[in-house]
Amino acid sequence: MPEKLLEMTDIVKCYTIGDEEQVVLNHIDFSVSRGEFVSILGPSGSGKSTMMNIIGCLDVPTSGKYILNGKEIADLDQIELAHIRNKEIGFIFQSFQLLKRNTILENVELPLIYAKLSRKERRERAAAMLERMGLGNKMDFYPNQLSGGQQQRVAISRAVVTQPSILLADEPTGALDQKTGAQVMELFHELNEEGRTIIMITHDKHIAEHAGRIVKILDGVMSEGVMEDA
Amino acid sequence: MKMSWENIVQNKLRSFLTILGIVIGVTAIIALITVVQAVIDNVNEQFDSVGANTIVISVQGTPLKQGLTDKELMDINQIDGVSGIAPSINTEIDISRNGTIYEDIIVDGKNETFFRRNSDLLSMGRGLNVLDVENKNRVCVISADFMHKAFMGENPVGQNLTIMGSVYKIVGVVDGADESVMSLMSGNTTDIYIPYKNLMSLTGQNRVYSLEVYMSEEAENTKQISDTIEQYLDNLFNHKDNSYMLIVMDSLLDMMRSMQSMLTTALTAIASIALLVGGIGIMNMMLVSVTERTVEIGLRKALGAEPRLIQVQFLTEAIMLSTLGGIFGVIVGLTISFACGAVMDIAIPISWGAIALGVGFSAAVGIIFGFTPAKKASELNPIDALRSV
Repeated sequence: MPEKLLEMTDIVKCYTIGDEEQVVLNHIDFSVSRGEFVSILGPSGSGKSTMMNIIGCLDVPTSGKYILNGKEIADLDQIELAHIRNKEIGFIFQSFQLLKRNTILENVELPLIYAKLSRKERRERAAAMLERMGLGNKMDFYPNQLSGGQQQRVAISRAVVTQPSILLADEPTGALDQKTGAQVMELFHELNEEGRTIIMITHDKHIAEHAGRIVKILDGVMSEGVMEDA
Repeated sequence: MKMSWENIVQNKLRSFLTILGIVIGVTAIIALITVVQAVIDNVNEQFDSVGANTIVISVQGTPLKQGLTDKELMDINQIDGVSGIAPSINTEIDISRNGTIYEDIIVDGKNETFFRRNSDLLSMGRGLNVLDVENKNRVCVISADFMHKAFMGENPVGQNLTIMGSVYKIVGVVDGADESVMSLMSGNTTDIYIPYKNLMSLTGQNRVYSLEVYMSEEAENTKQISDTIEQYLDNLFNHKDNSYMLIVMDSLLDMMRSMQSMLTTALTAIASIALLVGGIGIMNMMLVSVTERTVEIGLRKALGAEPRLIQVQFLTEAIMLSTLGGIFGVIVGLTISFACGAVMDIAIPISWGAIALGVGFSAAVGIIFGFTPAKKASELNPIDALRSV
């Protein structure tokens, strides 16, 4: 039985808009084992973005218990959350979110700066990562000089370079055409085979099917199992 | 640091416009303080050389009584606390030397007391003495300016000048502009000094219209002495208004000094307004920059940047901007100061105090007006930030 890397128990998240309280996540239990590749599948407005924010420690639940890599997250402050994000989570965004004014090498270095690594060490690690991703000859390029697929590979490099516990991908293929999207999925499989835990959030059933396990979310309620046809 | 700098450089035009307010403010502070200081120093120096303990009297007289006679001058000289008097009369005439005519030369009539008081001005030869004045000796002292004009390297002492038909022998040279109060006020500089009695004869006057009264060094109560003189003159001119004018140099000096501090305060206040406006400009740019870079801030936070780090980044940017403005301001301000100094022909002291004030002020403006935007950036919720794509 593989060890649980992430364990959520009875998670509730409410937003108060005006006088109305809206329940976005309704008593969710969710866990991920080390080395798993999980998809969270749901249409927009289902609460999957909120789910991602909470998994990614960008937000804290209203109530419930969240243990990530042995640490209780619910009652950490902003600074501690920042450290957790830096160490444990590798974010991959739909629109890549690269800094346009920095070279791709500098982009990959960014999380290592916040991890307070020395300049030399972060340069070496970022360069090695880009090399691995097949972008070794483009390190001094700026993001807009690269294709969408290449940009997403830079973003993935940035997410993986800190050796996080979880890769958290939000619609990673949303901004890509089918072919490059498939290449990115292939890359995810490779990373997963190397033992990396991946959680992917998407509304696309076909993309979700790349994962070893699919979890559906609808109106704030989560259900395990195979997707039935919608 | 590097990130802050890059952002400034990448928005060159905007950064420049933003810091313009600071540049103007600091320029104003530096230029005004420096120039005012230089002018005041210059005037003070002149007044100081005239000496405190001096009262300047200028007599307009009344229809019934014109000027002061020898006897009345003696009376003033006898007043308690007065150590000496120097009548002053001047005229502008043409003089000649070896057939060369010099036009519009300012000739001043003085006595021995004047030269005793201003002996430090003498650079060659001697000044006029009591015998010269009493015997109406035909001797004169020339200014260094006139010496350069008329003698070109020759030693003038012992040579002759023709003044209104009479031949005068040069006995001495005074260096620099005549520092007497008279010339200070009229703006003229004296070229030639002769005994005042000679000049009175030459111009056909027998009264003195202006004089300097020197008080003895020990004299504590200058007010009392000037009151006594005023009383004497009031009696003389039958208490007629505006029959004479009396200026006590000490009080004039005090006035100058209070004027200087007032002027400096006022100018600093005005420049502070410019700095304030500049600061608001920086704050505005920083707020715009925070809004523009919401996504970037959110991303940085998602990647694990502590809020404090974001705040430091933005604050650094604001301080860099304003300090840069301050440094430009100092450079422009000093340039303007030196240009003014060159035009007005006065020495410009580099006031390190003003420079420190300018740079310090601008850095402070950066901190004060950068704080709010930086705080705002650090408190941005990464979710909202990333969602606003």
